[in-house]
Amino acid sequence: MREMLKLKLNLTNKRMSKITSLADLKKRREELKSGLDIRVKAIDPESVVQVKVAMATCGIASGAKTVMEFFLEQLERRNVEAVVTQTGCMGYCYAEPTIEVKLPGQDPVVFGFVDLKRADQIIEKYIKTGELVDGIIPVNYQTIDLKE
Amino acid sequence: MKELSLNILDIVQNSIRAEAAEISIMINESLSGDLYQIIIKDNGRGIPDEILRNVTDPFVTTRTKRRMGLGLSLLKYHAELTGGAMEIISNVGKGTEVIVNFSFSHIDRQPLGDIAGILVILMASNQDINFIYTHKTEYGEYRFSSEETKEYLEVAALNEMNLLEEIGWMIGENLKEIKVSGFELRERNRVIL
Repeated sequence: MREMLKLKLNLTNKRMSKITSLADLKKRREELKSGLDIRVKAIDPESVVQVKVAMATCGIASGAKTVMEFFLEQLERRNVEAVVTQTGCMGYCYAEPTIEVKLPGQDPVVFGFVDLKRADQIIEKYIKTGELVDGIIPVNYQTIDLKE
Repeated sequence: MKELSLNILDIVQNSIRAEAAEISIMINESLSGDLYQIIIKDNGRGIPDEILRNVTDPFVTTRTKRRMGLGLSLLKYHAELTGGAMEIISNVGKGTEVIVNFSFSHIDRQPLGDIAGILVILMASNQDINFIYTHKTEYGEYRFSSEETKEYLEVAALNEMNLLEEIGWMIGENLKEIKVSGFELRERNRVIL
């Protein structure tokens, strides 16, 4: 409970100034910039972690949006160099939301039934340490774009 | 899908697959005319006539032609539930326009949901596409363009997540300003695991 209160407080502190126009946004960006050491984004996507969230009707209906938001926010927050993109239906509609994770130099792995708890495990265990977690869809998997 | 914004996310996937460079999402709310209209327009490759005829039939869908599927038929169904309708205009090589009309006051019309979050997701994963979002209500109009934002901020791409989050907040504040119906700006980062 206390944790939650603390978080809420942080959020309100963070959101003190309202941003309503592009000019406000520009100002806010300057603030953000000065607070961060600007790291050069890796140009080659092969050298970073790639996360693809399946975003077809089946995925969206079972919560892919929340999962994608989670990965976008948390990977940045936890300092993981990653590219998060979306992909179409991978054909595992029964296991949605599904995501494909490709660690640099490794074959992609597809995880099914990804809720926020599992998404957290995937970041902490699979992405950070390479340890596999539950929910892997075990197939000779190929990205649907390559299949045809 | 319980929110119109999720339906929009779904339909926009079609435009992305059609290699559109510009996707515009327009919402018109008119309480006095009892109309809630969503227009999604892209400049992608368009849908050939023979496919267009069956595009909202979920059972005609084949896996190899992924420009359609359940998404459009689901949205059509939602619109018709409220006494509205859906129309698709498409020209091969020029683009596609999906127009969906809902009855504003009908109990089965879903709320809009977190449209700002949807735009953030779309911009984060499709850096090269210009997303234009226009929302009209009886209190005013708000327009957002990702390309114009990039130019104004003098950045090459909107790829910093904290900047995108701020953009989401900005869109949200503006939508509140014009009293958008059924809009919900979710608190971010509320998850502690």
